[in-house]
Amino acid sequence: MADTTDDQPGARAEAEPILRLSGVSKRFPGVKALEGMRLDLYAGHTTALVGENGAGKSTLVKILTGIYTPDTGSLVVDGVERTIHSPRDAWADGITAIHQEPVMFDELSVAENIFMGHMPVDRRGLIDWSSMIARTTELLERIEADFAAKTQLKRLGVAQKHMVEIARALSHDARIVIMDEPTAALSAREIDDLFRIVADLKRQGRAILFISHKFDEIFRVADRWTCLRDGCLVGEGLIAETTEDELVKLMVGRSIDQVFPKREVAIGEPVLEVAGLSNATEYADISFTLHKGEILGFYGLVGAGRSETMQGLMGISPPTRGTIRINGHEARIAAPADAIDAGIAYVPEDRQIQGAVTALGIRENMSLASLAKTANKTGFVAYAAELARTRDLGSKLAVKAAHWDQKLMELSGGNQQKVVIAKWLATKPQILILDEPTKGIDIGSKAAVHAIMADLAAEGLGIILVSSELPEVMGMSDRIVVMAEGRMVRVFDRAGATPEKIVSVATGGMA
Amino acid sequence: MTQIVTRRELVLAFIIVAMVLLIGVRAPVFLSFDNLRFVVTDTSVLIMMALAQMTVILTRGIDLSVAANLALTGMLVALLSRALPGLPIPVVMLVALLIGAGLGLVNGLLIAGLGIPPIVVTLGTLAIYRGAIFIVAGGAWLTSKDMTEAFLAFPKAEFLGLSSLTWVALVVTIGFYVFMTLTRTGRGLYAVGGNPVAARYCGVSLRLSQVLVYTLAGTISGLAGYLWVARFGIAYADIGIGYELTVIASCVIGGVSIAGGIGSVIGTVLGALFLGVVANALPLINISPFWQMAISGAVILAAVIVNTRSEWKPQKLILHEARRAAAGGQK
Ligand SMILES: Nc1ncnc2c1ncn2[C@@H]1O[C@H](COP(=O)(O)OP(=O)(O)OP(=O)(O)O)[C@@H](O)[C@H]1O
Ligand SMILES: [Mg+2]
Repeated sequence: MADTTDDQPGARAEAEPILRLSGVSKRFPGVKALEGMRLDLYAGHTTALVGENGAGKSTLVKILTGIYTPDTGSLVVDGVERTIHSPRDAWADGITAIHQEPVMFDELSVAENIFMGHMPVDRRGLIDWSSMIARTTELLERIEADFAAKTQLKRLGVAQKHMVEIARALSHDARIVIMDEPTAALSAREIDDLFRIVADLKRQGRAILFISHKFDEIFRVADRWTCLRDGCLVGEGLIAETTEDELVKLMVGRSIDQVFPKREVAIGEPVLEVAGLSNATEYADISFTLHKGEILGFYGLVGAGRSETMQGLMGISPPTRGTIRINGHEARIAAPADAIDAGIAYVPEDRQIQGAVTALGIRENMSLASLAKTANKTGFVAYAAELARTRDLGSKLAVKAAHWDQKLMELSGGNQQKVVIAKWLATKPQILILDEPTKGIDIGSKAAVHAIMADLAAEGLGIILVSSELPEVMGMSDRIVVMAEGRMVRVFDRAGATPEKIVSVATGGMA
Repeated sequence: MTQIVTRRELVLAFIIVAMVLLIGVRAPVFLSFDNLRFVVTDTSVLIMMALAQMTVILTRGIDLSVAANLALTGMLVALLSRALPGLPIPVVMLVALLIGAGLGLVNGLLIAGLGIPPIVVTLGTLAIYRGAIFIVAGGAWLTSKDMTEAFLAFPKAEFLGLSSLTWVALVVTIGFYVFMTLTRTGRGLYAVGGNPVAARYCGVSLRLSQVLVYTLAGTISGLAGYLWVARFGIAYADIGIGYELTVIASCVIGGVSIAGGIGSVIGTVLGALFLGVVANALPLINISPFWQMAISGAVILAAVIVNTRSEWKPQKLILHEARRAAAGGQK
């Protein structure tokens, strides 16, 4: 390893790539996910892979990690031609990845999650638990995680689970580290931590492939870029020699207006009044009022209790104290069905687990939550109306699929997210709670989600926007609630909010 | 893995002890050392079979053919020992293990290779194996008269005050405990059942796991087949009919989730012991064995309800006070 340690990545810029993939094609029934794709990765460099939802980024990752076998193409690692048929082959070639799909085993401990498939064994071939726990603890310290190696995974929040995935990728001590949207569930502070790790890896001479839809991150962390459109390579180069607009134009094929479509809407009557909402361990003294036509942002570090508060409102993690009033009347919410009856719709954060039925098609998924509305008087679902609605929302959000009945599990990660969001937008509730609505969604569709939010607010819906993306919260909200450690620390008006103030309050500073 | 016994298992153990004591009040003979020893001996086969079934259920599967495998292997080794009376018993047992493994492997290959759902495959092989008993024995019954002394003696033998059946169950239990907690393959079964897609990303293959667990279930069934036939001194087409349901019930009572990915060796052993105690106690306190079915049924439902309740999402520790309290409580 010593010979690859290099403190001056610049010096190696024109060196031989450590990994070279060329002529790679992969077809699925109805789509060509990749066509003659080429990718070079260099030691000590971070390469950003950009492209719209469904462009083929994750397919490429799965080829590199032995999950998919390409139809054609060759892979050269360190100048030697290789074939990868399984994740083990990939590890043997020094390739490791954080996948876009959660690789999580809820019933197992953090240590087992990290070392699944390559647990350390002693001379007798039995698992060496003490060394596994020790190595896990070391990894967790390295990424500054605040939970123990023996914790059962299901006790962790979404971001903490993501930290486990990062730790797993590091556990292989690989030369090539792939990160497929690693920051999607993280907020500012954890992203900083992650980038520190990336910088470390670079310093150690490892090659990194970084996939993200967030351009600020790409420009912060990457040295080179590669752009995919519809499975084909459309460009590559040095980050220092490009601009965001140029990349967007290349990946979408047109330019995108990135101004937040926030509109001035007359703020109406209170629709939701929450007072003193608390439960035993997750949130305390939550009090706020949401008005018709208002977008109320919730910002905080990951694990600040925002999602749990919303789950409290929905009756998923019921409060022990406090009142909820809807349209001035006290509402008793003991279970999600009560909340839905009261007109609250909730788009959860981990949609792949809570939100999507991946074995069903797009059309069925989209109309699942609004079945009562698409069904006609006889109780049957009006197929034509259902299809029309699917088509309308689907094309507004630019869902990329072979056809409208394609199974969700065959869609790219971002396209699955779009379908779940569309499902809830279709219900037209009084109060809409969106938890990280644009996580993993490409830039064009993000704008579409924001536009739909603005439309719904204009129609008089009250919207709660939980987001870890500061520009989004600031760009879309009328007021911003900042939470830390399960409590509200401050409420900002649109006019009085600055990024510095918000972040400082969220991280425990006194702004 | 971090805890050796979960709270759920402690509760189950407590219920079993309480049940034994209560029955002892009604029928003091139940508490005698000899009787308790008998109950454990009588439950030994169930414990082994339940442990093997647990590995199958962990992978989101089910094996309905285990009792048919037991009966077929039992018949085959009985026929073998009649044909070759001089065969040493360890060889007979080895043959039983191999026949059982082969029958289990058939399940595993059909499920993993052709992707047919486990319930369909094992329902099919159940019928085939039962039918095969009839064919190999020509419809005859084999009784103790057809078996050698040595063949019949092993299950009745005692070592250090415990029956050989108990010893076998003990060894199998320890073996499963080591396998499930200390081997990569064993931990991999939890991964495969908990999240098959994620397991694949970690290089843990669902198919290989399936071949393994059905073969394992078959192997244990084969061994149980010899023990059963030799213990009762009889082999015919219908022995252990419906026994697969008792085996599966032990798992469920012991906390194994039918949805896969959850289950422990200790829980499963306790689940089997529970049913063993019920089966042995009811006649003693003058409850008709016909009630036994209803009672096990009720207990299974109760166990499933307890399981779904304990699978509720635990609350996270976010509030400062809550974290401090939790940290304090651990010391
Ligand atoms: N198993 C599959 N079966 C059928 N089609 C698939 C399968 N996996 C991916 N696809 C298709 O291949 C294309 C590329 O998908 P991929 O997941 O690589 O996109 P992506 O670039 O990672 O997108 P995102 O940004 O949304 O994650 C998509 O059109 C998708 O529908
Ligand atoms: Mg993807």
